[in-house]
Amino acid sequence: MEAVVFVFSLLDCCALIFLSVYFIITLSDLECDYINARSCCSKLNKWVIPELIGHTIVTVLMLVSLHWFIFLLNLPVATWNIYRFIMVPSGNMGVFDPTEIHNRGQLKSHMKEAMIKLGFHLLCFFMYLYSMILALIND
Amino acid sequence: MSAPAESPHPAASARISPKLGGATASGAAAPAGPGPAPHQQNGPAQNQMQVPSGYGVHPQNYIAPSGHYPQGPGKMTSLPLDSQCGDYYSGLYTVPTQNVVTPNTANQQPGAQHMYGRGPPAPHIVGSTPGSFQGAASPTLHLHTSAAQRYSHFVNHYSSPAVYSANSSVASQGFPSTCAHYAMSTVSTAAYPSVSYPSLPAGDPYGQQMFTSQNAPTVRPLRENSFSGHSTAISHPSPLPPPPSHQYHQPQSLSGCSTLSWSASGLPSTQHNIVRNHTGSLATANSNPTNTVTDSLSCPVMQNVQPLKSSPVVSTVLSGASSTRTPPAANRTVEPVASVTQPSELLQQKGMQYGDYVNNQASSAPTPLSSTSDDEEEEEEDEEAGVDSSSTTSSASPMPNSYDALEGGSYPDMLSSSASSPAPDPAPEPDAAPAPAPASSAPQPSKMAKPFGYGYPTLQPGYQNATAPPNSGVAPSSPGYSGFQPYAQQYPGMNQLSSGLGGLSLQSSPQPESLRPINLTQERNILPVTPVWAPVPNLNLDLKKLNCSPDSFRCTLTNIPQTQALLNKAKLPLGLLLHPFRDLTQLPVITSNTIVRCRSCRTYINPFVSFIDQRRWKCNLCYRVNDVPEEFMYNPLTRSYGEPHKRPEVQNSTVEFIASSDYMLRPPQPAVYLFVLDVSHNAVEAGYLTILCQSLLENLDKLPGDSRTRIGFMTFDSTIHFYNLQEGLSQPQMLIVSDIDDVFLPTPDSLLVNLYESKELIKDLLNALPNMFTNTRETHSALGPALQAAFKLMSPTGGRVSVFQTQLPSLGAGLLQSREDPNQRSSTKVVQHLGPATDFYKKLALDCSGQQTAVDLFLLSSQYSDLASLACMSKYSAGCIYYYPSFHYTHNPSQAEKLQKDLKRYLTRKIGFEAVMRIRCTKGLSMHTFHGNFFVRSTDLLSLANINPDAGFAVQLSIEENLTDTSLVCFQTALLYTSSKGERRIRVHTLCLPVVSSLADVYAGVDVQAAICLLANMAVDRSVSSSLSDARDALVNAVVDSLSAYGSTVSNLQHSALIAPSSLKLFPLYILALLKQKAFRTGTSTRLDDRVYAMCQIKCQPLIHLMKMIHPNLYRIDRLTDEGAIHVNDKVVPQPPLQKLSAEKLTREGAFLMDCGSVFYIWIGKSCDNHFIEDVLGYPNFASIPQKMTHLPELDTLSSERARSFITWLRDNRPLSPVLHVVKDESPAKTEFFQHLIEDRTEAAFSYYEFLLHIQQQICK
Repeated sequence: MEAVVFVFSLLDCCALIFLSVYFIITLSDLECDYINARSCCSKLNKWVIPELIGHTIVTVLMLVSLHWFIFLLNLPVATWNIYRFIMVPSGNMGVFDPTEIHNRGQLKSHMKEAMIKLGFHLLCFFMYLYSMILALIND
Repeated sequence: MSAPAESPHPAASARISPKLGGATASGAAAPAGPGPAPHQQNGPAQNQMQVPSGYGVHPQNYIAPSGHYPQGPGKMTSLPLDSQCGDYYSGLYTVPTQNVVTPNTANQQPGAQHMYGRGPPAPHIVGSTPGSFQGAASPTLHLHTSAAQRYSHFVNHYSSPAVYSANSSVASQGFPSTCAHYAMSTVSTAAYPSVSYPSLPAGDPYGQQMFTSQNAPTVRPLRENSFSGHSTAISHPSPLPPPPSHQYHQPQSLSGCSTLSWSASGLPSTQHNIVRNHTGSLATANSNPTNTVTDSLSCPVMQNVQPLKSSPVVSTVLSGASSTRTPPAANRTVEPVASVTQPSELLQQKGMQYGDYVNNQASSAPTPLSSTSDDEEEEEEDEEAGVDSSSTTSSASPMPNSYDALEGGSYPDMLSSSASSPAPDPAPEPDAAPAPAPASSAPQPSKMAKPFGYGYPTLQPGYQNATAPPNSGVAPSSPGYSGFQPYAQQYPGMNQLSSGLGGLSLQSSPQPESLRPINLTQERNILPVTPVWAPVPNLNLDLKKLNCSPDSFRCTLTNIPQTQALLNKAKLPLGLLLHPFRDLTQLPVITSNTIVRCRSCRTYINPFVSFIDQRRWKCNLCYRVNDVPEEFMYNPLTRSYGEPHKRPEVQNSTVEFIASSDYMLRPPQPAVYLFVLDVSHNAVEAGYLTILCQSLLENLDKLPGDSRTRIGFMTFDSTIHFYNLQEGLSQPQMLIVSDIDDVFLPTPDSLLVNLYESKELIKDLLNALPNMFTNTRETHSALGPALQAAFKLMSPTGGRVSVFQTQLPSLGAGLLQSREDPNQRSSTKVVQHLGPATDFYKKLALDCSGQQTAVDLFLLSSQYSDLASLACMSKYSAGCIYYYPSFHYTHNPSQAEKLQKDLKRYLTRKIGFEAVMRIRCTKGLSMHTFHGNFFVRSTDLLSLANINPDAGFAVQLSIEENLTDTSLVCFQTALLYTSSKGERRIRVHTLCLPVVSSLADVYAGVDVQAAICLLANMAVDRSVSSSLSDARDALVNAVVDSLSAYGSTVSNLQHSALIAPSSLKLFPLYILALLKQKAFRTGTSTRLDDRVYAMCQIKCQPLIHLMKMIHPNLYRIDRLTDEGAIHVNDKVVPQPPLQKLSAEKLTREGAFLMDCGSVFYIWIGKSCDNHFIEDVLGYPNFASIPQKMTHLPELDTLSSERARSFITWLRDNRPLSPVLHVVKDESPAKTEFFQHLIEDRTEAAFSYYEFLLHIQQQICK
C-alpha cells in the first residue's frame, strides 16, 4: 500500500515538474518577446488549476497516509497555490493577467516562483523515489 | 548656409525654434518685436515688456548665458547643426528664396540667405521698432553694439557657412536671423499651408517632407508659429501664450520684409547688397523667405547673445571643455567686429565635435557607403540590445565628436580639475555683461512673470544664459528672462558653470538655487506667483538647445543618479512622463528611404548620438558603432554631401518619419469610426442624442480621414439596432437584432459605409436619431452584446468605437450589479470596489486591441454606473474616458455645454491608428511599470490601437547597472502610427539627461511636478491593487522619506526644522493636494464613480493638465490691470499673480477665478465691488446674480474685456474646454469651490501647516 502511495506521488510529482518547466519556458518566451502577453497568460492560466489540484492531491494523500513530514513539507506550497488562486481580483483574467504581467516586476516574480517550485518538486521527486524504493523493499 | 536654408523643411524649422526654446525664442521675440512693431504693436510691446523685466530681474541669468554662450559657439562651430536647423526650416520654406539667392557663390549664399532673414530683422531692431525693441535694447547697454552683435550672432548660427566662407558678411547674416523669426510666423501662416515648393529638386526628400508637414491642418502651422513665438516668449519672463504669438508672428513677418531696408542701411555695403537681393527674393516669394527667416531666427537668437558680448569674453567662458565649441561661435559672431582674432579661435575649437566633424568632412570627400539601413522590422517589434556596441566606449573614439568630448568638463569628473579655472572665467563675464542689462530691465520681470503653459521652460534658462552675456543680445532675449525668473534664480550657479564647463558639479559652484534650503514651516508664501516651470537639465548649451521639449517628455529627476543605491538614498521616484502625440505646430517631417537606426538596439538616430567620423556614428543608448548609410550623407536641406550631422534627424529631438512598407504589417487602414449609442429610456430622458447628432452633423466634414473614411452607427437598449447606410438606399435602414446571447451582424458589408459616398444617408440618420426613440419604454441596456457586435464589425479594419452609455449594463454578457453603498461615500476607512467587477470588459478590450480597435467611453449617467468596470474597455484598448455625472440636457446645462465642447474637440482632433509605442533608454536603465491607457504587449512595447493628442503616459524606471561609464543618459520614445490620411509615420522624441554621482545633485534636479504626477499614478495602482489607505500612506511616506533623507544627508542645518531644498519646496503642498483630490480623499462624501473617474484621469492625462487638476490655480480677477499683460492676437491678456489656495486669500471685496483644469470657478465675494459685478457680470449688485451662471456676458467695458480675454486665454491652452461656474458666496455651490482650497483645514483633512507639522513629526520619529 505504501508503495502504491509513493508510486502515485512520484507520477504526480513528475507531472508537476513538467508543468513547472513549462511555466518557466513560457514565461521566458514572454520575457524574450517570442509570444505576446495575451497568449502567454491564457496558456498559463489553463494550467493553474491542474497544478493546484495535482499538488493538493499529493498533500492530502500524505496526510491520509500519515506521512507527517512530507505532508508538512508540502503544506506551505499547497497553501500558497490556493491562496494565490483565491486572491485573484475579480477583474483579472486569472493568476496571470496580461495587462499586469509586465508591471511592477510581476514577470520576474512569476519566474522566480516557477523556479522555486521546480526546485521543490525535484526535491520531492527524489524523496518520493527514495520512499518508494524503501517501501518496495520493505514489502 | 544658403543651401541649408533652402532645403530645410518648414516643419523642421518650426521644430527647431521650440527646441532652441529660450535662445531662439528670445532672439525671435526680439526681432519679432521690432519687425512686427511697425505692423503690429503687440509684438513689440511684448518684447519690450519682457526684455526689460528679464534683464532687471536676473543678472544671474546673464551669467548663465555666458555658459550657454560657449555652447552656442560650439554649436556655431558645429554651425551646420544650428544652421541646419534653421536651414531646414528655412530651407523648406525658403526654397524659392533660396533659388534666388543661390546664384551667388556658395559661401556667400549662406550668408545671403541669412541676410535674408537677418537683414530684415536687424532693421527692425534698429529703426522700425525703435519704441519697443530699441527701448529694450538701449537700457541694456549699447544699441549699436547690440545691433552689430546681433549680426554676428546671426552669423554665428549660420556661421557654419560663414566660417567656411571665411566670415563673409557676418552682419548681414545676423540680420537674417532676426528676420527668420518673423519669417516663421509668416511661413507658418501663409507659406506653409499653401506654398508649393517648386524650387526643391524632386530628389530632395525634404521637399516631400515639407509637403507632408503641410498635410497637417492649417491651424497647426499657425500654432507652431505661435510656438516659435512662444518659445521666444518663454525665454522671456512672461512668455506670450502660443496662440497670440501666432497671429503676431504673421504680422511680424510682414514687418520683417519691410524692415529689410532698415537692415540694409545698418549693414555694410556688401551686406546691403545681400539684403537687397534677399528682399527682392522675398518680394517674389514672400512666403518662402519668411520660412527661412523663421528657421534662422531660432538660431540667431542664440547668436545674438553672443555677439553682444565681446568675442574674447565669450571664448574665455567657453574655455571649459565644452566651451571650446562656443568660442568659435563667439568668434564668428564677433568676426564682423573683429575678424582677425576669431578665426584662430575657431580653429582652436577643434574640441568641438562639430568643428572636428566639419573639418573631417571637408578634408575627406564623402565616400559612398553601403547603406547601413538594416531591414527594419515590422512594427519595430524587433528590439535586440546590442551588447557588442558596448565594447566601444566613448573614450575609445578618437574623435571629439563623442559625447564625452561634448560633455567635456561639464561632468563631475571633469569638474574637479577644471572647476577652478573655468568657474572664474564664466563668472566674471556674466557678471559684467549681464549686470548692466539687468539693472535696466529690472522693473519688467515681474510683469513678464506670467509664462504660458506652452512655453519651453527648459529652453529658457539656456536661452537666458546665452543672451545674457552680450549686452546687445539682451534686448532680444530679455523677454525670455523675465519669464524665467524663478529658474534663473534657481540655476544661476549651475548655468554659469555649465556654460563654461558644460555641466559642473554643484559643489564646485556656489550652492545652486534649487538646493537653497527652505524652512517649510516658516515660509508662508511657498507658492510662486507665476506658474511653475519644468527645471532644465544641467546640460551644456548645445545639448540643452537640442533637448526635447518638457511638454512632450519629462523626467522626475533631471539629474539621473549614477546607481540604484544613490536613487534609493534619495527616496525619490524615478520615471518619465510622456505626452508623445501632443499637437505640435512645428514638426520636422522626414521622408527618407532609409530610416537610420542602430543595428543592435534599433534606436533612431537622434541629436545625441556621436559621430565618430564621417561614416560612423555611435548609438547613444547601446554604444554600438554603426555605419552612416550613403543616403544619409546627403543633406537635402543644404544640398551638400558629407554632412550627416546636419541632417534634420540629428538637429531635432522631435522628428517624424514617413515610414516605408517595412513598418507595415498590412496596408495602412482607413479611418473608421463607429458610434455605439445607448437609446434606452434613461438615455432618451437625458437627451444626449440631440447634442451628439448635432455635433456630428456640424463636424462630419472635419472628421480626420481621407477618401476612404468609413463610419457606422449602432444603437442598443435591450436589443441591438444596426443601420444600413449603403449608398443607393433612399433612406437609412434599421436592422434589429434581438438575439443578444449570440450576436451576429445582419449585413456585415453595409453597416460601415464610406463617409463621402453615403453622406446624405448619414445626415438623414443623424437628423432622425434624436426623435426615433422618444417614446421608448425600454429601460434595459445590453451594452455587452452591443460591444461584441461592435468588435465584430470593426475587426476587419480596426478603428475607433465611441460608446455612449447612460446606465449600468443590465442585460446579456457583461452585465453589472450596483456595488456602491452610498453610506460608505464619506468613509474614512475602506473604499471598496475600485477595481473592475468582471473581466468581460478587459477581455473585450484586449480583443479590440488585437484588432487595432480602440473603444472610447462616454458615460453620461445620473446614478452609479460602475465606471471601474466599464473603464476597462477603454483602458486596455488605448481609448479615452469621458464622464458626465448627472448629465441632463436641460437640467444640467453646464454638463450639456461641456459635452458639446468636448465632442467638438473629440471629433476633430488628430488621431493615429494601429499605433505602437516603444520607449528605449540607455543601457543600464530599465523600465518596469507603465501608466496610461494601452496594452503592454512586450516589455517595452505599448500597443495603442488609437493614439490621440490628449493622451499622456508615465513610465517608472529603475537603474539596473551602474551608470559610472557615462555622463549622459538618453530616453527615446518612438510612436509608430497610421495617420488619418493613411500614411505610416513614426514620431520620435529623444530626451537627454546628465548623470550625477552626488546626492545633492540629485536633489537639485528634482522636477517636482513630474514627481507628483508619477506618484499619483503609482498611488492609483496601489489603491486598486491594495487599498486606498495604503495609497494615502504611501503618498505621505514619499514626502517624509525624501525630506528626511535630504535632511540627514545633504542639509547641514539643525534637524528641528523641516528643511527642504528649493527644488522640493512644493512637494508637501502637492502631496497634500493629492490627498485632497477626489481620487484619494477620504472623509468627504465622494461618489465611487467620481473617484474612479478621477483615477482614470490621473492615469491618462498629460502632465500639464494633471497638475491643474491636482493643484488648481487661483487668481484674483476683480482688479485686473494691464501690468505685465501679454498680447495675444491683438488682445491684451492680463496676467494676475497666482494666489495660494487658502481662504485667507479670499476677501469679501474681491472676485476670484479658480482654474481647475476641466472647470473654472468664479467666486464672487459678498461685498464685491458693484462696479465689477455690473461691468463684468452684467448685474446691478451682488444680490441679483443668479445662482447658476455659466457665461460671462460680453459687455463693452474695460474690466469685462480683461476678464474675458484672460479666461479665453486660459481656455485656449487646453484641449477640453472647461466649463465656467459663477459661484456666489453663500450659494450652495460654494462648497465645490471651497473644497479646492487645499491649504485650508477641512473636517477630514489637515491644513497645509498641520500637514507640515505631521511630516515633521514623522521625520523625527
